[in-house]
Amino acid sequence: MIEIPAKVFSFYRDGFTQMTVGKTLWKIIFIKLLIMFAVLKLFFFPNYLKTNFETDKQRGDYVLEQLIRPVTNTN
Amino acid sequence: MIDVDPSLVNWSRAQFAFTAMYHWIFVPLTLGLSFLCAFYETIYLKTGNEEWKKITRFWMTLFGINFAIGVATGIILEFEFGTNWSNYSWMVGDIFGAPLAIEGIFAFFMEASFFAVMFFGWNRVSKGFHCFSTWMVAIGSNLSAVWILVANGWMQNPVGMAFNADTARFEMENFAEVVFNPVAVSKFTHTSSSGFVMASAFVLTVSCWYLIKGRHIQMAKKSIVVASVFGLVASIFVAFTGDEAAYEVAQKQPMKLAAMEGLYTGERGAGLVAMGIVNSAKNPGDVQDAFLFEVKIPAVLSLLANREMGSFVPGIDDLVFGNQEENIMGVNTMMDMGKLALTDLYAFKEAKKNRNEPAAAAALGRFKVNEKYMGYGYLDTPEEAVPPVSTVFYSFHLMAILGSMFPVIFGAFLFFTLKGTVTEQRWLLPVGLFTGLLGLLAQQAGWVTAEVGRQPWAIQGLMPVKVATTNLSVTAVQITFAMFAVVFTLLLIAEISIMLKQIAIGPEGH
Repeated sequence: MIEIPAKVFSFYRDGFTQMTVGKTLWKIIFIKLLIMFAVLKLFFFPNYLKTNFETDKQRGDYVLEQLIRPVTNTN
Repeated sequence: MIDVDPSLVNWSRAQFAFTAMYHWIFVPLTLGLSFLCAFYETIYLKTGNEEWKKITRFWMTLFGINFAIGVATGIILEFEFGTNWSNYSWMVGDIFGAPLAIEGIFAFFMEASFFAVMFFGWNRVSKGFHCFSTWMVAIGSNLSAVWILVANGWMQNPVGMAFNADTARFEMENFAEVVFNPVAVSKFTHTSSSGFVMASAFVLTVSCWYLIKGRHIQMAKKSIVVASVFGLVASIFVAFTGDEAAYEVAQKQPMKLAAMEGLYTGERGAGLVAMGIVNSAKNPGDVQDAFLFEVKIPAVLSLLANREMGSFVPGIDDLVFGNQEENIMGVNTMMDMGKLALTDLYAFKEAKKNRNEPAAAAALGRFKVNEKYMGYGYLDTPEEAVPPVSTVFYSFHLMAILGSMFPVIFGAFLFFTLKGTVTEQRWLLPVGLFTGLLGLLAQQAGWVTAEVGRQPWAIQGLMPVKVATTNLSVTAVQITFAMFAVVFTLLLIAEISIMLKQIAIGPEGH
């Protein structure tokens, strides 16, 4: 039973250690994900509704306000 | 009247377009190259010829590079939904949630298992299982594209849902109707098959470079044969799926079709413009000619749009101002109905606030009558419903012209390679060298047609982009746009240099 996880582990371990081009590609993937999630998402792309409202009810009310703006602007 | 800074909408759109177009450099290659790897490996499995194994591993390496650089570039689009398009994102969350979750789970399991076998499994698993894994990666990659295209198809033709005025969300009522939406089906078949063409064109480009340089000649010829067959079949299939896609556009988005063809005045037996120069000074309703120059094929547009040569195809003027004779409602009328819908939505909200349930129910009932015209209530003028005609016309024609060239190119390569004289065709090899670039151009032009052609709508007829966008500062969007431009350009340079380096090394190193 223990053999199967050990085989899977060694399969991935050997695969990663024997990579040639793959090593550079993994570095690029890692840097890319770091920029995306640790910089862009965190500082530049907050979820507007999640950041500014606490409940789904408030979010829904806000969007509904946006939808009826043409009417409220004329009233 | 809605008080949104037009430059905010334009910058938000530009940012989304830029990200999506960048993402789409990698996706079609992944869709097609995965199948080509499966074909090469199947031949290796059947023949046991080591040359085919070398070919498979070479193209698999390029597939891996493309996949690694392209992976997660689509996630940025999801960030943008939450930040720049929060109203839209909230409203469609219930519709898009299921398809995108399926895509995420599917992609994760496929990539963690079969993808690893494909790259790490040479000499570790049986030849048959390795080949099976390669096929699974190809099928899985293409199936995971289904879900995002279902989401896009829904935006072009919103079906299987109902608007919940309490939560301000579109809620899914019929999953099958959303998945088998005819626009989504034609979009998936057209998009995936065009990805096969693009990848085949890429193989031609790299192989022709080897032939011109006099390197790896046998590998290049073998690669060309398989890619030419795949590309030829796929490019013919693309023509059929394109025809179906155009038919769906004619039925569901007639304004887009009119813009694609620069057709202002509708007619029976309408001709298809094979080529032309659009008169950019032309406006809906004026008497100017739509074209400075045009070559038309009589009655073909009617045939493509309605499957009947004598049928009526509405032009931009018919759709904007209405045409009683042909029973077409003008945008003016739809705007009035849309404004009624918004007034009733407002009345519903006020009644709810005052806890007057009978009044809320009555307002909701009235809203439902005009609900499908809701989006028109946001337009300031009927002409706002017209997309940028020149952009849509030229992008559509560029895609169509390039699309019709591919079967000829693949056919020529297949013929001369099988004849054994492809290296002697000094005129053909440079053509092959640029085929990959032409494939990429056709891909991008196709998406420009689809997405610019449906303006001003984020959701067809229900929500224009100016309502979908978040009320951010323009500067904030400009800054993030500039950041993307820098990061994505660096990534693109990285991909191209790694890819070129690997191509220069050739099939010996992977």
